[in-house]
Amino acid sequence: MAAAPLALPRLGFLRRGRPILMRIAQAIPVVVGVVIISFVLTRALPGDPAVYFAGPTADEKSIAEVRAKLGLDKPLPTQFAIYAQDLLKGDLGTSLTTGQPVMEDLARRLPASLELTLAALLLSCAIAVPLGVLAATRPGSWVDHLCRVLVTAGVSMPTFFTGILLIYIFYYLLGWAPSPLGRLDFIYFEPSRVTGFFLVDAVLAGDWETFFAALRQLALPACTLALFTLAPIARMTRAAMLSALSSDFVRTARAAGLTKRKVVYGYALKNALLPVVTTLGMVFSFTLGANVLVEKVFAWPGIGSYAVEALVASDYAAVQGFVLAMALLFVALNLVIDLLYAAIDPRIGFKAR
Amino acid sequence: MSTAAAKSGQTAFGHILYVLKDNPVTLIAFFMFAVLIAMAVVGPSLVPYDPLASEAAVALQPPSWAHWFGTDSLGRDVFSRVIVATRLDLTISVAAVALSFVAGSVLGGLAGYYGGWLDAGLSRILDTIMAFPLFVLAMGIVAALGNSVENIIYATAIINLPFYARLVRAEVNTRREAGFALAAKLSGNRDLSVLALHIFPNALPPMMVQVSLNLGWAILNAAGLSFIGLGVRPPTAEWGIMVAEGANFIVSGEWWLALFPGLFLVIAVFTFNLLGDGLRDIVDPRRRT
Repeated sequence: MAAAPLALPRLGFLRRGRPILMRIAQAIPVVVGVVIISFVLTRALPGDPAVYFAGPTADEKSIAEVRAKLGLDKPLPTQFAIYAQDLLKGDLGTSLTTGQPVMEDLARRLPASLELTLAALLLSCAIAVPLGVLAATRPGSWVDHLCRVLVTAGVSMPTFFTGILLIYIFYYLLGWAPSPLGRLDFIYFEPSRVTGFFLVDAVLAGDWETFFAALRQLALPACTLALFTLAPIARMTRAAMLSALSSDFVRTARAAGLTKRKVVYGYALKNALLPVVTTLGMVFSFTLGANVLVEKVFAWPGIGSYAVEALVASDYAAVQGFVLAMALLFVALNLVIDLLYAAIDPRIGFKAR
Repeated sequence: MSTAAAKSGQTAFGHILYVLKDNPVTLIAFFMFAVLIAMAVVGPSLVPYDPLASEAAVALQPPSWAHWFGTDSLGRDVFSRVIVATRLDLTISVAAVALSFVAGSVLGGLAGYYGGWLDAGLSRILDTIMAFPLFVLAMGIVAALGNSVENIIYATAIINLPFYARLVRAEVNTRREAGFALAAKLSGNRDLSVLALHIFPNALPPMMVQVSLNLGWAILNAAGLSFIGLGVRPPTAEWGIMVAEGANFIVSGEWWLALFPGLFLVIAVFTFNLLGDGLRDIVDPRRRT
């Protein structure tokens, strides 16, 4: 008797588990393609890659050694197999500038970038979604116009320019923000590393002074990135809300005499959020790119500024490792968003795509 | 025949006028676009100072009558540099967009018309390009090809390619079996000429909208790449690199170094975005949001 209600959801999970596995399987060719492109990029280096990887002080003999070590004397398919094998082992080569394996460098710096990106996305969602809803429910009002202005400005403003303007206003003129140099002022100690997110680590350590110092440091770069991501989210929320509000089920809900609040937030918003979640995937792509610029402006020690330093120093293994890591991160995020989409909306099947 | 053509031309023109009258913002965008083009064409011969000539005596001066946008750390006139930079910035973005327009049209057209393995292969490649965060991919391409202005153009073209190729593919694919295409083929045209002369022109209106929206993005992208030190080399006047140079002085209060090139960048992108929205209203009023 007691087993029956338990068995039903389990069966339901099995039925929905298959398409989820299918979707995960669909990501595999994309990952293979990404690896192939990044392999082509490493081998497309101008001149002889062995010369670059051997470093500027290398002589003939050590270049030949590096060539043999990298397998550059072998045919291309074999080279690709070696490259893929190294990747599976988590080996992205060694950075010329830091002398460390690229993988370790990236892993050490990733939390800084993720903390910035996530803070910015949370902030922009918290502003953009209500803004889009208000603009859609009151077309022609000042909220609608504000939404339009913010959306247009957000699309036209280069992130690095927004960041510099914010530094000028809030650091130089008003003096509210700390100097735009990294994640934490040098008078504070870094919280002991648990997650690598300074805000979380400081809370875990119970060190509220460090928490607020890190928060002050994070505020400007996060706002810069948030202003940039605000535009597409607000635009999509507004458009999705407008089409949801003009649909039949909202009319029915209104005719049934439900309160305006219930209709807007309970029915329209719930359905409008689906395309917004889809847009988040696109927004993430832009954010990962914009991250590089914002990190350079604020001297943020994440993987973006790592890649910029590597680019300037012609440290190609580090740059290609960064590009590959970003692409894999993005593929994984898209996968999660698609799965999330199916979880929110049971009508979505993966076979139709 | 000629009167009918003239009449339809008249109504199309009348439609454009009607839309423009209804939407003065688009008219302003066209005007700003003309100003930008004029700046790129005649700007370098009109500016008051040599954009590369440094004069240590007047270094880091705020805006004045002699130097409208002030001077930089080497005493170069910021106004002259900003105006001169227009040509380079527009050239990079126009060249990149033109490249991806042509390549995207050819690849998308062939894939949409012939289908089969060509279509499947192209779709896979485009999907893979789109799987990268695009700005990051551009960084990787420039790093791989070498640090030069041409490679910035190629990188920007490659990351824009999927948008054009997919658009053309979809437009061509839906018209492949259309009556006019079959009729053109029956009257003896070869496949390629049916595709290029009869089907492809139908894809042009949505392509124009895409071009305009894309130009703004291409400028942002190129400026971003040169902001992080790729492509354009320091003495050259370019908006992205000027903002990067100005960023070093913003913390000590010399705001004019970064503000003016950044402002022109914003204006250019803004113009192309408005233009794209306006063109979309003219081409397809239903897609207006």
